[in-house]
Amino acid sequence: MSEILAYGFMQRALLAALLVGILCSTISFFVVLKRLSFLGAGISHTALGGIAIGLVTGLDPVLTGGIFAVGTAMSTGQISRLGEISEDTVIGIFYASGMALGIALISSFKGYYPELFSLLFGNILAVSRQDLVVMGIALVGIMLFVLLFLKELLMICFDEEMAVAGGLPVGPLYLALLAAMGLTVMVSIQLVGVVLVSALVVIPGAVASRVCGNYRGMLAVSLAVGLTGSICGLFISYFYPLPPGAAIVLVLAVIFAAATVVRLLFERKWRLQYSQDK
Amino acid sequence: MNRIYNHGSAVEIKNLSVALSRKTVLDKITFQVDTGEFAGIIGPNGAGKTTLLRSMLGLVPVNRGEVFVLGSQLTEIKDIRTRVGYMPQRQSFERRFPLSAGDVVATGLLSAQTLLRRLPGRDGKVKQALQAVGMENYYHRPFQDLSGGEQQRVLLARSLVKKPELLLLDEPNAGLDFPAQQSFVELLRELKETERLTIILVSHDLISIAPAADKLICINRTMHTHGSPTEVLQSPHLDEAYRCQFDYLSSFGEKEGWKQ
Repeated sequence: MSEILAYGFMQRALLAALLVGILCSTISFFVVLKRLSFLGAGISHTALGGIAIGLVTGLDPVLTGGIFAVGTAMSTGQISRLGEISEDTVIGIFYASGMALGIALISSFKGYYPELFSLLFGNILAVSRQDLVVMGIALVGIMLFVLLFLKELLMICFDEEMAVAGGLPVGPLYLALLAAMGLTVMVSIQLVGVVLVSALVVIPGAVASRVCGNYRGMLAVSLAVGLTGSICGLFISYFYPLPPGAAIVLVLAVIFAAATVVRLLFERKWRLQYSQDK
Repeated sequence: MNRIYNHGSAVEIKNLSVALSRKTVLDKITFQVDTGEFAGIIGPNGAGKTTLLRSMLGLVPVNRGEVFVLGSQLTEIKDIRTRVGYMPQRQSFERRFPLSAGDVVATGLLSAQTLLRRLPGRDGKVKQALQAVGMENYYHRPFQDLSGGEQQRVLLARSLVKKPELLLLDEPNAGLDFPAQQSFVELLRELKETERLTIILVSHDLISIAPAADKLICINRTMHTHGSPTEVLQSPHLDEAYRCQFDYLSSFGEKEGWKQ
């Protein structure tokens, strides 16, 4: 084990896995409660348009992709809030348009883009110190937002109508949550890539919702699952010839399957016990 | 414009018109609910009952007319928000949500003033509200494990937790079986006396609400009739509003001794 951590790139990768694991599992809690799973996939795929702009213009593709991701998340919330178009329709449009823009730009500006493959499928082993600083800043900002407004965010997820009636600033808080989601997706793209990042913001919360009946427990389990998935995936990819992104998502998928089986077994046991008691 | 407000009334609506998405949803609605009254707003599906209730909370834009709630106009709604309890329709909330009954009741304490602050006396207020609806032993129970009737009681406790003077309820009986409906309406009548509440309840179900109400207001986009339950049930305007015959109900009301 100590041999693995002797490498600088592995130290940075482990730190990135920790930071992104905490960030994604916290956001995943809200994604599952507010049923925003499709938005996660939509944001990451739309970000491809922003990444392509960065690549062809020579700007930092993570920055341009990040602007696209946050912009998409906030625009989706704002447009669907006008009440004329449903949220999933807006996401569907952004999803396809962002991808189309990315493909069009990359194929129009012929060139060699070595970062493209990393951004599509993730490359945690190539994380730099600068990337870690960006991840750290995103983590501190998002955790501060969640801690300060946890009770209001829970209220919005549980009953938005009551939150509005109570005079809470529902619109700004919801948009801020979406922006946090966009930011999380973008910093996580370096870990698992555009194609797989939505799993990171969905599976930890989904597992937690299968095994916990209260939000405190759900938040803790989501965090544990996110960290386990990202760290185990990283180590698996060190020992076996698997890309880290795919390994992380596969570990998370196995945890979800196990949680579902355990829940089904418990439900069966409760039903049997109930019928015997009767 | 006439801005005279009747001091005996908890809610006074004058010539109200509301349009949503360029469609007129409510037109020429006028009525008042006196302090301490239990009023039922009835009408068929799509009559605009929920919009009428939401207009009293300032949640929908008013095109024409005036709305006074606890003596304040809608422009001053921020000042009276804590004095009004609200229970939205059942589909407004997530039924399978990882909160305890106590947590759900505590969400009723949140407002713009509680942002970035702890909720002072949270536990005591929540326990009191749960006690008022007979659910004091459910404080730690997961909300998602409760039956439909129990969830409704917890949500009622949430709308009572700020000790409001006026309680607005939107279809609280929808989806409940008849005994649960009767028990819920009975609880409301008790609360009206013990907590000195004015209650306005929206329902499309005449039978469950008429025995308990002091006043019925019948709308279908526009005002059709209002008065005591017996008056409303005998009114020919009720048939117009629902576009069906209610002859048998008028005699039913008399037999059951509903308010004249």
